[in-house]
Order: sequence, then C-alpha cells, then structure tokens
Amino acid sequence: MSKLILRRAGHTGEEMLLNFGPQHPSTHGVINFIVDTDGEVMKKAIPDVGYLHRSIEKIGEVTGYPGFMPYTDRIDYVAAMFANEGYAIAVEKLLKVEVPARAQYLRAASCELCRIASHLVSVGTMATDIGATTPLVHALRERERINDLIEALCGARLTYNYHRIGGVAFDMPTGWKDQVLAFLDHFESMLTEFDRLITYNEIYLKRLGSVAVIPRELAIDYGLVGPNLRGSGVDWDLRRDAPYGAYKDFKFDVPVGKGLAGTVGDAFDRYHVRILEMKQSSLIVRQALERMPEGEIMAKVQRKPKPEAGEALSRVESARGEMAYYVVSDGTDKAYRVRARTGSYLAMGIIEDISPGMMIADLVALIASLDVVAPEIDR
Amino acid sequence: MTPTEIHERLKAKFGEAVGPLSEPKIDPFAVVKADALVEVCRFLKATAGLELDFCQDLTAVDWPKKNVIEVVYHLFSYKHRHGIVLKVEADRAAPVVPSVEGVWKAANWMEREVYDLFGVSFTGHPDLRRVLLPDDWVGHPLRKDYQEAGGYHGIPNIRENPLVELRRLDEVKIAAAARNRPPPPPPAAAAPPAPAAPPAAPKA
Amino acid sequence: MAPYQPKSDPKWLVALTLAVALTVPFLFPVLILLSMPLAEPSGGGVTLALRWLGNVLGTDLSGPVAHDVGTAVVLLLIAFLFINFGAIFSGICVWWERRIAGRMQSRIGPNRQGLGGFLVWVADAVKFLLKEDLVPAEADSLLFRIAPYFVLTGFALTFVVLPFGHSVVMADLNVGVFYITSVTALVVVGILISGWSSNSKWALFGGMRSAAQVVSYEIPAGLAVFVPVLMAGSLSMQDIIRAQGAAPWDWFIFRNPAALVAFFVLFTSQLAEANRTPFDLPEAESELVAGYLSEYSGFRFALFFMSEFGNIWVMSALATTLFFGGWQVPGMPAAAISALKGTGAWWGWQLVSMAVFAVKTLLLANVVIWLRWTLPRIRIDQMMTLSWKYLVPIGFVCLIFTLFWQLGVGAAPGLELASGVALSVGALFVVIAFFRRVFKNVTDVRGDAIDLSNW
Repeated sequence: MSKLILRRAGHTGEEMLLNFGPQHPSTHGVINFIVDTDGEVMKKAIPDVGYLHRSIEKIGEVTGYPGFMPYTDRIDYVAAMFANEGYAIAVEKLLKVEVPARAQYLRAASCELCRIASHLVSVGTMATDIGATTPLVHALRERERINDLIEALCGARLTYNYHRIGGVAFDMPTGWKDQVLAFLDHFESMLTEFDRLITYNEIYLKRLGSVAVIPRELAIDYGLVGPNLRGSGVDWDLRRDAPYGAYKDFKFDVPVGKGLAGTVGDAFDRYHVRILEMKQSSLIVRQALERMPEGEIMAKVQRKPKPEAGEALSRVESARGEMAYYVVSDGTDKAYRVRARTGSYLAMGIIEDISPGMMIADLVALIASLDVVAPEIDR
Repeated sequence: MTPTEIHERLKAKFGEAVGPLSEPKIDPFAVVKADALVEVCRFLKATAGLELDFCQDLTAVDWPKKNVIEVVYHLFSYKHRHGIVLKVEADRAAPVVPSVEGVWKAANWMEREVYDLFGVSFTGHPDLRRVLLPDDWVGHPLRKDYQEAGGYHGIPNIRENPLVELRRLDEVKIAAAARNRPPPPPPAAAAPPAPAAPPAAPKA
Repeated sequence: MAPYQPKSDPKWLVALTLAVALTVPFLFPVLILLSMPLAEPSGGGVTLALRWLGNVLGTDLSGPVAHDVGTAVVLLLIAFLFINFGAIFSGICVWWERRIAGRMQSRIGPNRQGLGGFLVWVADAVKFLLKEDLVPAEADSLLFRIAPYFVLTGFALTFVVLPFGHSVVMADLNVGVFYITSVTALVVVGILISGWSSNSKWALFGGMRSAAQVVSYEIPAGLAVFVPVLMAGSLSMQDIIRAQGAAPWDWFIFRNPAALVAFFVLFTSQLAEANRTPFDLPEAESELVAGYLSEYSGFRFALFFMSEFGNIWVMSALATTLFFGGWQVPGMPAAAISALKGTGAWWGWQLVSMAVFAVKTLLLANVVIWLRWTLPRIRIDQMMTLSWKYLVPIGFVCLIFTLFWQLGVGAAPGLELASGVALSVGALFVVIAFFRRVFKNVTDVRGDAIDLSNW
C-alpha cells in the first residue's frame, strides 16, 4: 500500500513520510493520512481509508428489507436517524407506501434533534482539534440531554433503529413534548454561550479563517454536500429545495457561508454554518411538535415486503450532508442491491487535492471542518 | 426539466448511442453505450439549460443472469434542480468503462470504490487502486458470485457459531439427565387423567 | 426546567481542602526559614550544632573539616527542601488544575482520593513510579534516558535565586535575573534531546517546535525583564523587590507605563517558554499526539510533567518579583523588618512576607491555568509572527521608553507616583468591569448555580 502511494506522491526520499493515523487523536476515527512533508508544511496528504469497512452494502443483499434497518444505524452512528430515514424512504418508494402524517412529523422531530446532537459533536471536536479542550465537554453535555430525550422516544441512545419502513417504531411518550421544549429553551441560550466561549475567540478565528478554502466551483465539482457545500457559499438544502417527509410544512432559514473570518469556503465558514444550523434545527423541532397531527404512526406494510422489480433513489439531508440510498429490487423479499452514498465519503475525495502547501495544523482543521466520520466513509 | 426532456435532448444529440428511457416505474433511466459515455457526460455538464454539475451517485449493480455489470450514474443540477439516471453496461468477464473523472471530480473516489468492490476498470482514471479493501485482497465482494477466501494473511474471516456449540452441550446435558432419570412409574390403567395436569409430553 | 438544587453544601470540606492544599507546599519554605540560622554564612549555627553533636557522640567535632562537612550537609538539606517544594507544588498544582478544569468544563474532576480528591496527585505519583520504564527499541537509549534530567535541572536551578520572602532565598546572586534566563534555557536542551532520541516522528516535530519556540521567545522575555532591571538598577532579585513598595502604586508594573506593557510581553513569552496553552505546540495532542512526550512513560514522563507544572510557580514568581512588588508587606517596609532581626517579631514578619509573596504568585498561577482551559492553540507560523513581529519590537520600545522615563523621573520624582496611582486605579476599574461581566454572563445562562455538593 504505502509503496504504491509513495510512488504516486513522487516521494524522493528527501521528505519525511508521516503516517497521520489510523490511531491519531484528531482523525475522527480510524482513518490514515499519508503525509508527505519536509517540516510543518505538507507536500501532500493522501487519505487511506477502509479500516472500518464492514461491507454493509453486501449485508443489505442478504437480510430482508426490514432486517437491514438496524445495520443502517452503523453506517453513521453519530447521526443514525438520517441513515434510518434514508433507507426507509428508498424502500417506501419501491413499495409505493404512503407514510402517515404523524409519522412524518415524528421523523422530522427526531431527525432534527439528531442533527443538533451530531453538529454538537462536530463543533466540539473541531474546537478540541484547534486546541481548546473546554468547548467539547460543554457540547457533549448538551448532546447527553438530547440522547436522554431520544432514549425516551425510542429506547436507544446511539443506534436508534427508530424509523421503520412505512413509519416510525414508537409514538412519543406522554410529556415528551414538554421535555423537548424545555430543553430547547435551555439549548438556545447555551448556543450564545458557546459563541462567547469559542466561536468568536480571536485565536480561533485566526486559526480557521482563510484556511483550507474550498471555492464554490470546487465544492460542487468534488460533490461536497450539506454543511460543507453551504460553507462554500452554495445555497442548497434538500429540506427546503427538494422537501421530503414533513419538511415542506416548516419554515426555516438555510445558513450559508459568508466568509466572516476571511474567505468564503474556509474552515470557519463550514464550522459556523453548523453552529447556525443548530438554531434552525431547534426551530424545526418546535414547529414539528406544535403542529404534530393525530393519527397512525405506521402505514400498512407486510412483514416481509416484496416490492416489484425496480430501483429507487432516496435523498435525505443528513447531518453530514445529502445521503443517498439506491435500492434495487428484483421482486423477492430481499434487496438485490443496496447502496448508501454518504457525505463523508465524498468529502474525503477532496483532501488530497487541496492539501498541498497546507500546514500540518491546518490538516487537522480541514479534517475537522469537513466533519468526516470514519464508519460513514468505510461503511 | 423532467428526465424525459433531458433524454430527448440527449437522443437528438447522440442518436443511437443513448438507449431508450426505461418505463417510468419509479426512477427512469437510460442506457448509454460505453464509447459515448464521456461525450454524453460532457454534454450534460456543459450544455446551457442542462448543466448537470453534481455527480450525485456512481455505483454498479451486478447481473450474472444478463452477464453484465451495470454502472449507474445519478446526475443532478443545482441550478435547474433536475436530474437523470444513466447506465452503462459492461461485460462481466472483463468490465471496462471509460472514466468520467475528467467531467466530475467527485467520480474519482466513487469509481475507485466500484473498481474495488466490483472489479470494473475505468479507463482514463488517474488513480485507480483499491480504496476500501487492502491492495492484495482477492476478488470483488459486491459481485453476486463472490466467494470469501478462507482468510486474509492468517486472519480467519469465519468462525464457528458459538450458539451451535452451546446448544450441543445443552443437548448432552439433557441426554445425560434423561439417562439418569428413574424410569417413570407405570401409568395407572383405569385412573382418569387429572383435568388440570399438563399433558406429559416427552421433552427433547 | 426547574432550577437545580444542590444536594448538599460542604463549605467546610471545601475550606479544609483548600487550607491543606495551601499549607502543604508552603511547609517547605517554612522549614527552610527555620533552618536558616544553621546556614548563616558566619557559621554560628553550624558550630553550635556540631558542638551539640560532639557532646552527644563524645568526640571533638570543632575542627575545620567537620565544619565544612557540617555546612555541606546543611546546604544539601536546604537544597533538598527547595527542590521538594517544586515537586510538591507541581503535584498539588496538578490536582488544583484538574479541579479547575472540571469546574470550567461543567464536570466534576477528581474528587475521590482523600479530601476533595486532594490525594489524587499522590496516587498519580505512585502510579508513575510503578509503571514500566519503557525505552523504544530504536531509540538512542542514553540520550533518551538523560533528557528528562536536563529538563529537571533547568527547572530546579531556578530555585537558587527565586525568593520566597524577606529573607528566604537560597542565594541572592547579584546577576539573579540573568541567571534565571540562562538556566531555563537548559529545559529546551532536554526537550530537543528527548525529541531527537525518541526516534519518533511526532517527538521530532515536538522537539523542533519547542526549540523554535523557546529560542524565539527568549528574546522578548529578556527585553521585558530589562524594564524592571532598569528601574531598580540591579539584577539581583531581592534588590528589585526592595526597590518596589507594598502598595499597588509602588509596584513596578504601575510605576511606568512601559512596564505595564512589558509585563504582558514577559507573561506571554513565559507562557510560550513553559509550553502552556495557547503555546502548547510542542505537545499539541490533536496534532502531534503528545509531541516530545510521545514515547515517554513512567517516572521519566513524571519528571517532564513535574517540571512543566512546577514552571507555573517559577513563571508566576518571576513576574511577581519583577512587577508586583514581591514579598513587600503593606505598612512594614523591608528595612523595618531587617531591623527586627534577632527578636521573635522578625520570624512573624518573615511568615507574613512569605504569605504575601505566595498569594500574589498563586493568583498569577491561576491566570495561567485559566488561560489553558479557555484558549485554543495558535499555529506555528502565528507563533513566530507574534514573537518576531510584535513582541520583540514592543519589547524594544518598552526598553527605550524606560530609559527616557528614568531620565524623566530623575528630573521630576512625582512622575512615578502619578503614573502608579493612575494606572492602578485604571486596573482596579478593569478588574471590576471584568467581574461584573462574568457575573452577568453566568446569570444569563440558566441553571448554572454554584454547586459544591460533588466537591
């Protein structure tokens, strides 16, 4: 492996070859970056992934349609709701099932809570990677409360397995709405505290501003999605521009990178978009809970659904950007092919090409600002 | 623009190289001839009014019955908010498809993944090597006829099911218990069975 | 959500822990104070002790050899006490920093071992001693083993001239400030050796960064140090303190506007030399795993850490000495204390001066700890920029301004008092405004009441 990479990098033996990972505090999981450097400035950083590959797509071909749902949690265990939802929507498209309105709203509420939790991990680890250890703990404290709320909803704190084909697994428990609203009241004031703590810190702005700039065209060309794309100034959000589920009923803003700390598309923009998105997610959860319709939470779906032969692509706006499931059916009770296209995988593709000339400390900022999660890359 | 309209523009430009649009059951798709693929993609990305600038997904499906591997391209335009699905069929024995890495950079890693897991060679790809699996891995796991090798560098990839072992021990114990049990007393011939007693089914 | 009600309010436990934490390290300076008659240069104490020992053993110990040996033993004892003050202080500082970090990060921190987790640093030390002393197979074994001792030596030698009170100082060298700047440079030698000898790329990065950093920041630190030196007209630490007064407007920091700037230059440079956040680049966990410490374990790692935390005392004590009036007791000038020599009151005033010095130093040490848990880390090019483009020119400007200032003071002696009063009143307002803002921010966020129940 490394020999091949050495040859590609034009390694002359003059530079130092640094294995940045797979066991490294700031690679966000087991990812390896083969860094060609002659000091602090890198010549190139080549990502080497696959340490967490579990062949989930192959597993999808041998389990039945409902049986694959728990595996989707493991595709992105930091934001498992979206992985559930994307797969559920793809199979519902194949089965031509209409999801009840209450289930749609529960999906939106649970997903947005999960988005807040995932973004909290992202911004917290970003601060830690830049060297400030305190914000991570504050972020994790808030995430812990969200975990409690989601546990009350579906019994799990990390791998939720909450969305089902045709609806959701459980209705919300009594008093849950009030708990969530109380949390959101608290959380919105915590967001301003978080801004005071780290976002507008002078050193932090200097470390992230104009670092690892991804211009708009490059971001689209490399297929960046979600907050990474919006950080580069592309005003695109699936929830608003191609709404699925209940999102067409909600009003919210889509934050876009504006170059507050330097250039549009720098690491700070990607970070700041996530901070602003948490506020919007909080608004969406409020709207979903206030307008929650009564009714069923599951459509009628067979125990072993057999969709007719065909294929469907679902797209959901995950915390790490657009997540696409491509499911092919051959008419049996097992999927012929399940494909999960994730945001982190695409984000990894850009690192090699924008790394030349960056400093090692900036590589850490770049990885953190792209918010890559190892299981989502490797699946 | 609907997929049908995009397909009509493609048909008008490339004629026979672009196959008919499949019946719109869920997501319609068009099969493109491998030779024309890069040209079609360039046309789709560059033409005003189409501008499919986002290679949303690039993957493959293995069809041993048809003896082809389909490479599937999901394309999308941020500007016009429309998209189309293209497919290219490649021979299973030696699948070769031209690379669209020059059109969308996003295709780079996705083509590497298809090469890794399906064994499809992309001609013109600048960096075609395995991405998720180790370089010396044998076979392409997402093919339907993939057989696992017994292991990888001495690491086994199968193990005995511990539950099977447990059950067998359990059976041994039950059998031993059955042997040691005193023989049941001869049933009373004339006595009527007690109504509440459960049926004396022999337990395995 | 209902406001959180603390389960209990262990004010007494907190007070007791803090009292113990403050007392334990300062037992050592007190012991040194008590052993001072033994170490009188005239040798009276040693002679008396030898006579007593001779009577007990029944031999004659009044010869010059016995006297020299006796003096050496006494000096070794005092040196032992000084070094152990560093060790114990750094241990307790680890505990204190972890408790502060816990509170700042809204978690608990170590609270199990002993009073309020106070004994956790003893547990840490025992653990470090029991761990295997690993030397990587490819490492340069000799250099790898001796590197921690360079760091330790550089740290321990500073205690030769650091004062603790009016008379508690090991040696009042007439080049004291110069001496401190020189011996702290030994630390970077140790770090560079450890980075090279570990034969690890991360350690090498850490060592190189440390060398670049310390060499760069020695210059602004040296320039800033010269401002109080110019004002006092002496390099001796005790002379610099004696040239100041006890009241804030008599401190060097306020007596000269340039000294106020020089203090910040010195403080920043000292943070960088001690590898404290935001200048912790040599060990940056998120970039270099652990930098030059990557391959160390057990006791050698403990030595590095002891020096790092002990350095908090060194840098704070240096700043207190140079800018904050040192051990000067309000209402009791240094000459008056000296005049009491030989009476019981002298011992009391010694303790008071030590307490004044310790309080000032600990307040500064808390600022160092507070900065570490607040700020992110700067990048290496920004670190260099800060030193060479900002601190060095500012240091020179301060130095030159002070030269003219001293000329001005010679012409108009009221200048120093005017500056001292104006600046210290200004500083008071800044401190009040700061605390008002902190309390406002705390009350803005709901449910953040002070809770000591898990102390």
